[in-house]
Amino acid sequence: MSHTAPPSSSWWARHQKTIAPWLFLAPALVMFGVYVIAPIFESMALSLYDWDGLGTPKFVGLQNYFDLWDDPDFWMSLKNNLIWIFGFMLAVPAGLFLALFLNQTVFGIRLFKSLFFFPFVISQVVLGLVFSWFYDPSNGLLALVFTSLGLEPLAVLSDDTIVTYGIVVAGLYPQIAYCMILYLTGLNGVRPDLIEAARLEGARGWTMLWRVVLPQLRPATFIAVVVTIIGSLRSFDMISIMTQGGPYGSSRVLAYYMYEVALSEYGYRMGYGTAIATVLFFIMLVYIGFVLRRIYRQEQES
Amino acid sequence: MFPTPIEKASGTTRWLYKVALPISMVLWLLPIIAVMLTSIRGQADLTNGNYWGMPSEWMLIENYSAVFQNTPMVQYVLNSFYVTIPTVIGTVVLSTLAGFALGTYRFKLNMVVFLLFVGGNFVPFQILMIPVRELTLKMGMYDSTMGLVMFHIAFQTGFATFFLRNFIRDLPYELIEAARIEGASEWQIFHRVVLPLVRPAVAAVAVLIFTFIWNDYFWATVLIQGDHAMPVTGGLKSLNGQWVAQWQLVSAGSILAAMPPVIIFFLLQKQFIAGLTVGATKG
Repeated sequence: MSHTAPPSSSWWARHQKTIAPWLFLAPALVMFGVYVIAPIFESMALSLYDWDGLGTPKFVGLQNYFDLWDDPDFWMSLKNNLIWIFGFMLAVPAGLFLALFLNQTVFGIRLFKSLFFFPFVISQVVLGLVFSWFYDPSNGLLALVFTSLGLEPLAVLSDDTIVTYGIVVAGLYPQIAYCMILYLTGLNGVRPDLIEAARLEGARGWTMLWRVVLPQLRPATFIAVVVTIIGSLRSFDMISIMTQGGPYGSSRVLAYYMYEVALSEYGYRMGYGTAIATVLFFIMLVYIGFVLRRIYRQEQES
Repeated sequence: MFPTPIEKASGTTRWLYKVALPISMVLWLLPIIAVMLTSIRGQADLTNGNYWGMPSEWMLIENYSAVFQNTPMVQYVLNSFYVTIPTVIGTVVLSTLAGFALGTYRFKLNMVVFLLFVGGNFVPFQILMIPVRELTLKMGMYDSTMGLVMFHIAFQTGFATFFLRNFIRDLPYELIEAARIEGASEWQIFHRVVLPLVRPAVAAVAVLIFTFIWNDYFWATVLIQGDHAMPVTGGLKSLNGQWVAQWQLVSAGSILAAMPPVIIFFLLQKQFIAGLTVGATKG
């Protein structure tokens, strides 16, 4: 590289600054385009076909969506998705509570914080196994607690009315840890002078939390809520491990039902599967929209 | 108690707090402690119904060596490394380049590309599932660790680019300007000026991606069939199916499967949390 590149030098030297960003971006864009962006549109297109994964896809228009409308399993899955969303939202206040509890400076607190965060680092497969043992009606810890209280043990995972709630509780475990860490980070940024001023004004306890601390934690709350909703809509691992959607499909959610329809012994209905995936995608798009708008605004401000 | 610093509280409260901490922690970690205890339990305990009490005999070495000798667990763990390590490297390379482009150049589509990476990162896996599976089949990578690696690199690049781009944008721009005036080429600016500064962010991204990929279960079930390429998450699930009554062995397998991300987390906690909480304090 010469230090005195005259402006009339090579074409490359003149255009380097405009072409360079695209060269740097190319590998990532190609990979992301091929594996993430293009498949979204391919799936949407495929949802208009009837296809078993082997033969020639047959165009059926919106038939898959009409079939979904008449499919009780679809509505059951959608209902369970709602239970997941509302149940999962408990992770936000629970995470806040834990964060407030741990937001102190006593000896060893850092270790406590990381141990509380621990469940998030562990695979959902492992946690799913642990919770299915926990719920085991003959030897599970829950059954032991019930029998010691003189109650009939609850077969959580084989009871179609409570099974989804049981799995949601398992899913909450790592999610609470995640929200806790978001709030702990947020609490680092809370201004002590404002707290002190509010205290002089006589604010304590609940008022202090609601009026002074929470408003300052808004960024953390926003992320916790969005991440929790998206996480609830993505729930798959624990359902697959703990019940495989059962009993009788009563613990399916859209993400699991889609997988079952498209890739399991129930048949390879690729078109129908992508129709379910498309519905899930559009639900998710609402929350993705929130995230992108927020990021876009931040960028405009800075 | 909150947000009053505990030092200002009365002696009794302080004492109560210090007692409450370890108790609540044990309660919180009870599920995990239970698996740890079960993984060193003997079969006799389980036959006698002692699933949750203290183990009556300590079978640490017996159980763990049984897992290694009687199951493909070694293969599963190795497979997870074959998937995770190339993914981390590939993602870091791609997203550092892309993050540099988005963080330092002003061009028309900058924001569009940036939001594309961020948005794609939140997409449900199911909408990608069938096309990605078809693509992997067509490229002859189905049922191989390479097929998983290719997809994981592509998908993780979304998040990693978002993180690295924000980090690079916060670097002092004067450094880059100065290098340009000195006559450095764009590649030299990337290589000599930005790359050395970006290391802490790369560490954060690498730790997070390692954990995400190690714990991935969905794509392992979609793109892998046989034990020869199955990562530890999928392997554990089939172990559980085969050994329904041998909780102690499945527990030992679970602990092994959980180990690598846990170790990495404790070694690089600060980076891990920095990556996970981007945006939790400003905005």
